[in-house]
Amino acid sequence: MGFCMANLISGMSGMSMLADNDVDFMVHYLVPVKVFGQQVWITTTHVTTLIVALTILIFALAARRSILKGYEVPNGFQNFIEFLVETLDNVVHSSMGRHAKNFVNYIGTIMLFIFISNISGLFGLRPPTADYGTTLALALLTFILIQYSAIKTSKFRVITNLFKPIPLLFPINLIGEFATPLSLSLRLFGNVMAGTIMLGLWYGLLPIFAKLGVPTFLHAYFDLFSGAIQTYVFAMLTMVFITDKRDA
Amino acid sequence: MSNITNEGLVLACSAIGAGLALIAGIGPGIGQGYAAGQGAAAVGRNPGARGDITSTMLLGQAVAETTGLYGLVIGLILLYANPLYAKLG
Repeated sequence: MGFCMANLISGMSGMSMLADNDVDFMVHYLVPVKVFGQQVWITTTHVTTLIVALTILIFALAARRSILKGYEVPNGFQNFIEFLVETLDNVVHSSMGRHAKNFVNYIGTIMLFIFISNISGLFGLRPPTADYGTTLALALLTFILIQYSAIKTSKFRVITNLFKPIPLLFPINLIGEFATPLSLSLRLFGNVMAGTIMLGLWYGLLPIFAKLGVPTFLHAYFDLFSGAIQTYVFAMLTMVFITDKRDA
Repeated sequence: MSNITNEGLVLACSAIGAGLALIAGIGPGIGQGYAAGQGAAAVGRNPGARGDITSTMLLGQAVAETTGLYGLVIGLILLYANPLYAKLG
């Protein structure tokens, strides 16, 4: 018993309780950086975010080239781009109505970023969205947009609206406002992190024959299906919240 | 059993706590199953509206999943960034 505990404690000297070298799904520190006297680290999340951003950039440049060349009857890649843009327009229009044209760029951007991030697990990267820093930043962007929309449409009724229907409910309404970005970010983070952990455990703990073929289905579910659903949900909730404030 | 250290006790209780936190998964399981059942019934009644029903169902399920994910996050914090263990100094 004593030996077992000692083992566990020495394992804790790393960061995790499961300090097994084979199981690996946490963020790794790479390069130390000093910012205003604070010690911070460049982590794997930064690197994968950069890779995702570069991927989107290359995709965007290719799309621009293809659209500039633009045939009357689209084929191949141009067809795909037009299909993407049309679908995006339809989705945003169906849930935002007359506000759609102001927000289609923002929604398109976060959808592309989150989707490419979520499926980056397929290519052996650790998804940037499995780091709470990334999802919190995304949710804060949405939160700022929501509050900006609220202030723009209802001026300083934003404050009085918090006291409706009765002043007693003010704390609850306030918490409700701040719960929006919290639940948005935790939802995305939790889903992607759960997939990352499942695959990390599968690759780390099972014998070699289980690692051939079977993970295909896990990747298909956790990376592709769950990733696509969470992208859609994040964008959809962003649109719903913003429209709610704009039409108030 | 007199040689259990403070650290060991905190770690063991954290592991139990993480397991208990994940009981939160029961709620979303029932909720999502119910939503999927209702979605299937709706498609059976009106197969033409399949697309709308599916997207509404998925959105509702994703929102229902949130409480379960809170449990997951608590579990992860207890296992990987334990604030109680840090408090022991």
